[in-house]
Amino acid sequence: MSMFGQVYVKNNQYKIKGDFHHLTPCTPIRNADDGWKLMGVTNPREMTYMHSYGGEAIFFESLSQGKLMATKCENPKCESKGSIYQPFRIFCPDCLGKMAVMDMTKLAKEKATIHTFMVCERSGAFNILDKPIKFINIEFDGVCTILMSYLSKGDPEIGMRVVPIFQTLNPTYTILDLSWVPAGTKASALPQGFTF
Amino acid sequence: MIKFSKQQLKVPKLMRPVYLVTAGQSKFDRAIPDKRTEELCVDALTMAAEMLNLTPAELKQYIHTCYYGHFADHFGDQLLGEAVIHDRLGLDPLGNIGVKTGGATGGSTLWEAVKTVASGYSDCVLAMGWERMDEVPTDEGNFLISCAADKDWESPLGHIYTGYYAVMAQKYWQVFGKAEDSFRRTLAEISVKHHGYARFNPFAQGPMKITVDDVLKSPVVAYPLRALDACLMSVGAACAIICDEATAIKLTKNTKNKPLRIWVSAGSHTLRPADRRDMEIPLLPNETPDQYKNMEKEFPGSARYPGFTGFLGARMAAWYAYRMTGIVDPTKDLDVIELHDAFTISDVQTYEDIGLRPYGHGRDYVESGDCYHTNPKTGKPGKLPSNLSGGLIGCMHAVGATGIMQTFEIATHIWNRWAEMHGDEKLWKKFNRKKPADWTDLQVKGAKRALAISHAGVGSHVTATILMDPDHLLKKDA
Repeated sequence: MSMFGQVYVKNNQYKIKGDFHHLTPCTPIRNADDGWKLMGVTNPREMTYMHSYGGEAIFFESLSQGKLMATKCENPKCESKGSIYQPFRIFCPDCLGKMAVMDMTKLAKEKATIHTFMVCERSGAFNILDKPIKFINIEFDGVCTILMSYLSKGDPEIGMRVVPIFQTLNPTYTILDLSWVPAGTKASALPQGFTF
Repeated sequence: MIKFSKQQLKVPKLMRPVYLVTAGQSKFDRAIPDKRTEELCVDALTMAAEMLNLTPAELKQYIHTCYYGHFADHFGDQLLGEAVIHDRLGLDPLGNIGVKTGGATGGSTLWEAVKTVASGYSDCVLAMGWERMDEVPTDEGNFLISCAADKDWESPLGHIYTGYYAVMAQKYWQVFGKAEDSFRRTLAEISVKHHGYARFNPFAQGPMKITVDDVLKSPVVAYPLRALDACLMSVGAACAIICDEATAIKLTKNTKNKPLRIWVSAGSHTLRPADRRDMEIPLLPNETPDQYKNMEKEFPGSARYPGFTGFLGARMAAWYAYRMTGIVDPTKDLDVIELHDAFTISDVQTYEDIGLRPYGHGRDYVESGDCYHTNPKTGKPGKLPSNLSGGLIGCMHAVGATGIMQTFEIATHIWNRWAEMHGDEKLWKKFNRKKPADWTDLQVKGAKRALAISHAGVGSHVTATILMDPDHLLKKDA
């Protein structure tokens, strides 16, 4: 019986278990307008990748714990010293110094507004969010960049105050574990698995 | 805050003049199941040779190095596709390299080819681009395209690139468009224009006779963008031959192609719009330092630059290109342009980034009628016609070929061969397409200078390709 591919790291090496690919036969593509002559073949393939979050792992782990982590340049010689980055980035884009990790959950709960948004009626293959997806870009007081995420309740408007919610029950350990709702939304109204 | 050093703002200088001598392209379509990619590339190279009255074998004798633009290996499911094409074109054992910069791949391929000739390494270079986007259904195609966004931070959000553009469309519409219905209609007019011009282009995949209301009623993809606001997903190839002066003169002797001077510049900006930081607007030669002082007052919410409303990469490509070639006012100095209309909104954003209009006023380029071959308001020639090919919305977006297709298009105007290359009945028949009864010659009369903008992602890479008739340069030592 097949089993989803699973991975852990030991001695800085991937240890894998289960099936990482599945074999499905090729089938011919034929021309209905020309005597069903051969035009090509299908090439089915299902694979599982192993992807490292590296220095960003703490960000994704923290989402599952209800925390929003950012980074801050603390290099006294950097012209951008004190700048806070969300999206979390490991190195300062100016001095390339490794930045300090900081918890900005409180700031996000108090000072987050919608910079812009869009409502997505269609998606590409492998999308797992319910449609329409309400993409929002969020600006925070004191943060020099603008985070992209999605709104789980209500209708977005530019300037609207929003608060973060986190998928702490059965987290996916992806960016989808972070979502937002309008400020004032009650805990009982949150999507399943999400908490403030 | 992004600040530039003096070294970073050096105006690029080619070490010797570089010329475009010919170009060619295949048919473009959503799917071309009866041809392999190499067949499309051979079609493009054969057309380039025929424009010089040569056989492909004769033209190949001049080629010294090759640059291949092919963006998405995962679409074609073939790594090192460049080596396949190079072999099938019979160009081994010449040096070749693949170029990948998303939607700007075609422009970047030309950038490399031009520098190779300018440096003296080669006297004749092939720049060939293609894309094969028909090996997967459209929704999987959208997934594969979304892989060009940040895989951890953006792609999981819907796996739909249109969405990453739409947030900019929303911001632009609300800040510069002031959420006016008239602005939304202007966006729709761009789609009408580009699908309409595609009707006169036998290579084009998306010819349509439609109205503004048709665009506004088309299905929403990512509000406020609708299906007819978006570019096409395509298959096809295009190529260009780039030479030094002596080779250019030899290859074009007794042909209809005059060697055209070519320059390409490039700019970039963050892959994730989320990472954009505030900065001062880098000014183009037709802008003044105090021009944007009151922008926030005129357009509340526009204080951040480039924010989500401009493309810094496009601004920088124009910044370098105009200074390199002596362009001061692009609307006056240029005769025809092709822009990277991935979406109607990004077309408007680009008008401002490349200085056709000041920031906030891009819509006027359309509303004035300047962007048309014939200004619908005056009946006279448009001041600076754009995307007469149909652009990415009406003609194609076979990613690696797009920037080269644009260059083919603008070159045919300067060669005064547009009607020949688009009106020939044989070409329409060869592509199994019907030439419309109202086919119109879109040749821009007397065109001497032209520009093509090639653009990737939400502005991660942008190139500006400039062509000029060598007898109509703007700067002697360019």
